[in-house]
Amino acid sequence: MTDWLLSFAHTLALTSLDVFPIAAIIFGFQLFVIRKPVPQLRNVLTGFIYVLIGLTLFLQGLEQALFPLGKLMAQQLTAPEFLFGTLDAVPDQVHWNHYLWVYLFAFAIGFSTTIAEPSLIAVALKAESVSGGTISVWGLRVAVAIGVAIGIALGAYRIVTGTPLHWYIMAGYVVVILQTTRAPRMIIALAYDSGGVTTSTVTVPLVTALGLGLAGTVPGRSVLLDGFGLIAFASLFPIMSVMGYAQLSEWHARRTAARDAEERRT
Amino acid sequence: MNKQLQLFIKALIDSARDLAPIVIVIAFFQLAVLQQPIPNLGEIFLGTIMVVLGLTFFVRGLEMGLFPIGEKMAHAFARKGSVLWLLVFAFALGFGTTVAEPALIAVAAEAAEIAAQGGVIDNSKNAMADYASGLRYTVALSVGFAIMLGVIRIIKGWPIQYLIIGGYLGVVTMTMFAPPEIVGIAYDSGGVTTSTITVPLVTALGVGLASSIRGRNPMVDGFGLIAFASLTPMIFVMGYGMVV
Repeated sequence: MTDWLLSFAHTLALTSLDVFPIAAIIFGFQLFVIRKPVPQLRNVLTGFIYVLIGLTLFLQGLEQALFPLGKLMAQQLTAPEFLFGTLDAVPDQVHWNHYLWVYLFAFAIGFSTTIAEPSLIAVALKAESVSGGTISVWGLRVAVAIGVAIGIALGAYRIVTGTPLHWYIMAGYVVVILQTTRAPRMIIALAYDSGGVTTSTVTVPLVTALGLGLAGTVPGRSVLLDGFGLIAFASLFPIMSVMGYAQLSEWHARRTAARDAEERRT
Repeated sequence: MNKQLQLFIKALIDSARDLAPIVIVIAFFQLAVLQQPIPNLGEIFLGTIMVVLGLTFFVRGLEMGLFPIGEKMAHAFARKGSVLWLLVFAFALGFGTTVAEPALIAVAAEAAEIAAQGGVIDNSKNAMADYASGLRYTVALSVGFAIMLGVIRIIKGWPIQYLIIGGYLGVVTMTMFAPPEIVGIAYDSGGVTTSTITVPLVTALGVGLASSIRGRNPMVDGFGLIAFASLTPMIFVMGYGMVV
């Protein structure tokens, strides 16, 4: 119990350190530059305290429950004992298809951690209210989560095969630029943002554990050179999936409209 | 009070639903694929409850505190008409929230260690501490610059894609010239800058600003600040690697 309290206090202190500069800047500018009292001060302060408590509980719970288990699983799934039966059975030349469970795990963990990502929830809430419901909270979150899932699965495949990271990233940039020229204008800025919000509190620790576990056990890979880079994939692919989601829904709306017009004519 | 309680319970159910996929994925892989029992079941159960409660409080706090203040300040600045103060605020917000970011402190310390092993800097405590804090200030400067640039974009209504594509080109060019040890760290530092508290506030600021300036559309112009904040640190950190 004392251990728990101590680590809780530690997390609370770290989170406060994160909140303090924000609060100082906001109140500083409000009082000295805008020179007006903070509107609805009580609500704002309660909100800040809720954010502080919420984030502390959230991080503490992750640290206690999900992270250790997730990291352990990433190690176990990439361990030769699991993949090849025994330690001695590791072939000299690994084939990418030995690791099918790893890709599936990468996809599933990428998807599920993104759905729970608090920053993404915040951006999705704003996008729904600003777009008047055209972009739904769930539509955006699922689109981003699919992007992260594909990105991390592909990143795991890259670590296994050892192909250079920058080919994927450059190809990804080209796709993003091409999509930008075709996608509906209103989605573009939001899509770029979704690349940045996915890589935070929940996703990074679990995904890093997966990458390091994989690079450490696949023969011929180095932890230093191949272990990182999953985060880069997780930031790039949501941009594509969010623009893709907008392109699909626009195409669908156009087709429905065309069909309605057709029906009216006949 | 009763209504408050109802709201809270609804929020609690929402958070539980948000977290259900993680629980299902972990349980499935642990029990069906790896075929191992779940260790410390009690502790994991308690931890999951804390995560659910935490997410509930966080989202409620956003709606009560961070969102309204972010938007109200954006409106106040727009009404005041002082672009200079707005830019100072944008810079301070980016710089101030990044310099204290725990994830960045951890990454910077790690980077200093790698640089010392690689012989880029002296292998001494002092040199490493200098390198780490230099890196932190570089990233914080770049985020401050990014938010400021993003605000200028909203005011002027520049299309975001040209700035982003320009940024990508900058990253690619810098990658060719920067020392290879710093490249991985530079790419990672783009990801660690935007914390869970900065994102909602910066989003509210952008959207609030775009909705209070005539001729700007909050959907088209309001987003994009986070994208800048993830892009510029890569360029700045590689630049830092070249200078040091």
